[in-house]
Amino acid sequence: MIRSLLLAASIASLSPAALAQTIAFTGGKVVTNTNQGVIENGTVVIRDGRIVSVGTAAPPSGATVIDAKGKWITPGLFAAFSRMGLSELDSEDPTNDTSAPGSDFQAALRAADAFNPSDTAIAVTRIEGFTRAAIVGSPGKGLFGGYGAIIDTTGDFDSINARDTFMIARLGEAGAGAAGGSRAASWQWLLAAIDDAKAYPRGFEDDNEGDLLSRKEAVALKPVVEGRVPLMVEVYNASDILQVLTLRQREPRMKLVLLGATEGWRVADQIAAAGVPVIVNPLTNLPDRFEILAATLENAGRLQKAGVTVAIADPNEATHNTRFILQLAGNAVANGMTWDGAFKAISSVPAVLYGQTDLGVLRQGAVADVVIWDGDPLELMSSAEAVYIAGVATDMESRQTKLRDRYLNLDEPLPQAYERQ
Amino acid sequence: MKRWKLISLAALMAAACATGAETTTAPVADQTASPSQPMKAMPTRIAYNPDPYPSTYKPLPNDDVLIRNATVFDGLGGELKGGAVLIQGGKITAVGPEASMTMPAGIRTIDGTGRFVTPGIIDIHSHLGVYPSPGISAHQDGNEVSGPVTAEVWAEHAIWPHDPGFTRAMAGGITAMQILPGSANLFGGRGVIIKNVPARTAQGMKFPGAPYTLKMACGENPKRVYGYGGGRFPGSAPFSRMGNIAGYREAWQRASEYKRKWDKYNADFDAWEKKAKTPAPQTGDDKGAGDPPSAPDRNLELDTLMGVLNGEILVQHHCYRADEMAQVIDLSKEFGYKVSAFHHGVEAYKIADLLGANGICGALWADWWGFKAEAYDGIRENIPMVHKAAGGCAIVHSDDANGIQRLNQEAAKALADGLKAGINVSKAEAWTWLSRNPAKALGILDKTGTLEAGKAADVVIWSGDPFSSYTRADVVFVDGAVTWDRKDPARRPVVDFELGQPGEGDVK
Repeated sequence: MIRSLLLAASIASLSPAALAQTIAFTGGKVVTNTNQGVIENGTVVIRDGRIVSVGTAAPPSGATVIDAKGKWITPGLFAAFSRMGLSELDSEDPTNDTSAPGSDFQAALRAADAFNPSDTAIAVTRIEGFTRAAIVGSPGKGLFGGYGAIIDTTGDFDSINARDTFMIARLGEAGAGAAGGSRAASWQWLLAAIDDAKAYPRGFEDDNEGDLLSRKEAVALKPVVEGRVPLMVEVYNASDILQVLTLRQREPRMKLVLLGATEGWRVADQIAAAGVPVIVNPLTNLPDRFEILAATLENAGRLQKAGVTVAIADPNEATHNTRFILQLAGNAVANGMTWDGAFKAISSVPAVLYGQTDLGVLRQGAVADVVIWDGDPLELMSSAEAVYIAGVATDMESRQTKLRDRYLNLDEPLPQAYERQ
Repeated sequence: MKRWKLISLAALMAAACATGAETTTAPVADQTASPSQPMKAMPTRIAYNPDPYPSTYKPLPNDDVLIRNATVFDGLGGELKGGAVLIQGGKITAVGPEASMTMPAGIRTIDGTGRFVTPGIIDIHSHLGVYPSPGISAHQDGNEVSGPVTAEVWAEHAIWPHDPGFTRAMAGGITAMQILPGSANLFGGRGVIIKNVPARTAQGMKFPGAPYTLKMACGENPKRVYGYGGGRFPGSAPFSRMGNIAGYREAWQRASEYKRKWDKYNADFDAWEKKAKTPAPQTGDDKGAGDPPSAPDRNLELDTLMGVLNGEILVQHHCYRADEMAQVIDLSKEFGYKVSAFHHGVEAYKIADLLGANGICGALWADWWGFKAEAYDGIRENIPMVHKAAGGCAIVHSDDANGIQRLNQEAAKALADGLKAGINVSKAEAWTWLSRNPAKALGILDKTGTLEAGKAADVVIWSGDPFSSYTRADVVFVDGAVTWDRKDPARRPVVDFELGQPGEGDVK
């Protein structure tokens, strides 16, 4: 079994009194994501699941000291977009709850109701330094895919931190196809749905339906049109993005997030002026669809330069390889983003995006999601050595590490099935 | 066939053309045969051109160049700090300390200070050109799903050379790749090895002298596409992994019989030819050589499979599960051929010893898993675990238009995880996963894949350590010619499709 010394130390802290214990990580390079910036040879003290102090002072007496000399200490990573916990095997429908094309409900579907905290992808993702994620399904038919939730990666039954925090919808090529065959149809669909939700219950009293939505769907959209939760619109093409931004005038109460935004750089100033954050995959650089002909590796950097709030994730690698977000962020730096911007794009920016302002930062009073790394977390060859979620050290094993340990040595007297990991 | 003495050579040629055959004056199977006797038109052996769509590749214009003072991974596992690589006439002529080299005065030099030089990356598993960008319905040319055995189709016949993916791969240091048919079929067809250079035709990209390959596929894909494919039920075989193996065996059996017929024909022709060339004896008893033997009918599907049985075409087998790979190894022994590489091999680590003992490479992803049941047991140490086995041969592959752009990064992830699991591999050794091993599994190691004097100058200069997230390919050479230069827009190709489109000529 493979464990680092550091991890062994942190496991030792998993006593019944773990939460009451004061733990000090000392001597590391601390990335705070606050105006404290990066602190060399810094110390982070946690207690009762919260951060007590961040700085260079000596650890308090009585604290369990974990030497992080030569290590990096960062907030836990926050996946801005994921589907972990919704699909054990993408190709096997009984295990895959990411979408429901046969359901009459779409906007009313809630990822939190499908989330499986025992999904093997969760531990696989946690041991790479991710402590929180926004998870959401995808539209099965029509434009809406329902509500996303915020989870932690403990794998505990209570790991849903916040239900119904945003609604996902699609426009562009996929939306056009889903709405009947054209962008005009999808736009009409979106506006009709918004109007139905705004009008609800007026117009629903007689026949249970609005112009487009059933009663339950309209109820589900109500918080979105009232601006209580954001609408995340998956959209890629520059023209389509501009059309979405017109909602800022038509529906000033609504909060928007753009998912995809591959051609965002072409309208970066307009996105910035509208104050709409984006979630991008910075590596999208192929004209794989006609709606992303202008794809470039510099999209994320150009958006950042224009003042757009940028989070990084890949909706196409969301069920099993959410961890790929780390590689995306490193490559964003290679292609024009600042390191600080790229790291925040996978930690504090998503936290703020979803209203979780006590996450994604190392700041006194914030939730003690802390990761110890053996080097620059955005480097491909670095890795997380210990992951604390709300002050508790987590297990650094996954189904994958167990398979690895089982087969590291093939020359054993008994078949592998007798080997307990 | 009529008596050969009555047939003119011209008539024979015409008859041959009508059936698609070619006659050769130097029979393929018997290069030492003497020319026919002057007064008689000796019928020639029926043989088919093994290379009817020949490469027209010509290296781009190139200068001799010395790359100096760089960290060099030679592709053999060696690392040289402050090293130099000398490129002359499109070939590597020296690798080592600059002081040890002799070169013409005034040779162009490139300062490699702070940079790394490696052999160009070879992706052994790509569908660029056959599944090009944009991925529209008109471009779905990678799977001939009309039947489970389509060994007669060739990927090169579908390659669209204007796929923007080729240029993106260049930016990732890819100098050669294998383009494969997809994995819908048990036998998907022939793969082709290409140089990653812009061209107007697929022939203009074909790697001169490279062997052909055959794509086969295990597991879920064939049984899903055929058994329950297209909404039909009951569909057609294979429905199961049993059906997969039965489908292979049935085809290999037919190929064995086909080969036997051709071997017999060639042996009979040898005997006939020997007799026909012997001066006729004076006695009246001997009736002479008689008619030449008749050639078997040609079968394009079995031509490809016979090429495998003859050791001329290299098998590239898509197979995820360890138990299935073991079945395929026995299958190959049953019919007398060799699997060159298992592709995807998500469970290769479970039988790394078996792969090593059989000299089969594993062409693998660093961390893909979970998208289907046969990919469920994927682990991040697969590549290093295959590498460390006795006789192990690990390859990093992409199967993806995005992954091909960063195979060095995939290797970095695998290397890092291997190191943490106690598998000690140096970065220079890990580079064998990216160039030497794929070249070996593709039968082109004598031409490329390492930085050795005499080999093609397929070389990448990296901005820094190629195992870092922050490093990119600065300059890419194919046969000594610069195909890609990050700092020179004139050496960043823009394909036809991109002209007049948003983003034309942008950083990609």
